[in-house]
Amino acid sequence: MQRRTFMKGTLAASGVAVAVSAGLLSPRAVLAAWPKSAFEAKSVPDALSGLGISTTATSGDIKIKAPDIAENGAVVPVTVQTSIAGVTSISILAEKNGSPLTANFVLKGSAQGFVATRIKMQKTSAVIAVVKAGGKAYSARKEVKVTIGGCGG
Amino acid sequence: MAKKSIRLRASNKGGVATVKALITHPMETGLRKNKKTGKKIPAHFIQTVSGKHNGKEVILCEWGGAVSKNPYLSFQFAGAKKGDSVELTWSDNKGGSESASTKVR
Repeated sequence: MQRRTFMKGTLAASGVAVAVSAGLLSPRAVLAAWPKSAFEAKSVPDALSGLGISTTATSGDIKIKAPDIAENGAVVPVTVQTSIAGVTSISILAEKNGSPLTANFVLKGSAQGFVATRIKMQKTSAVIAVVKAGGKAYSARKEVKVTIGGCGG
Repeated sequence: MAKKSIRLRASNKGGVATVKALITHPMETGLRKNKKTGKKIPAHFIQTVSGKHNGKEVILCEWGGAVSKNPYLSFQFAGAKKGDSVELTWSDNKGGSESASTKVR
C-alpha cells in the first residue's frame, strides 16, 4: 500500500519534475503551474472553475480584437485589451472548441492589460475574454465566423 | 532545432514597452491524426511562456494546444527604459524549453 501511494505521488510529480529540471521555473512557480484541469475541461464554465473563476460580470472595458470572419481556423489572431485597473490575469477561450480554454495569461508587476496571440478555432463561435482584477472576474465576447476549422485539420 | 526558435522584439513608447515574439513550435494538440497511418499525432505544445523585464517576471502565459502553430505573442509592460533587458522563456509538455533575450529599443 505504501508503495502504491508512493508510485501515485511520483507519477503526479514527474510532470512537475520535468518543468523543474528544465531549470527555468523556480520550484515556487511550478506549484501554481499549468492548470491541467482547466485546459482539459470541455465547457466554458468548467474551464473557468479550473482557473478559480466562478462568476463573471460582463464588462464594456474589455476590447477583443479578432476578425469577424476567419478564413483559416488554425490561425485566428486575437488581441485583448482592457482599461480595468489592477489586472491579474487574462484568459482567452473559444466557446465551441473541444476544450474551450486556449490561453491564460498571468500578469504581474508592471504588466499592462494587453495581450495578443493567435489561436485555433474548431468552428464558428464566440471568443471569450475573461479578465481577473481585484479578485473579480469580468468577461467580454466576440463572434468569429470560421470557414475552415483549425482543430484536427 | 538548430536555429533559434524565438524571434523577440521590444519597443518603447512613453515608458510602456510592447514586446512582440514569434516562436517556432509545432503546437500539436494530440487530437490530430496522421492521414497515412491513422494514428494520433502525440501532443506537443508549449505550456508556459514566461516574460521577464530586467529579470523580474511580468507575464506568465499558460497555453493549451489550441494556440496556433508557430505562436505569436505580444504583451506590454510599464516602466520601461531604453536598454532594459527583456527575456522570454518557453517550455513545452515534452520538457523542451528555450529562452531568448533582447533589449528595449
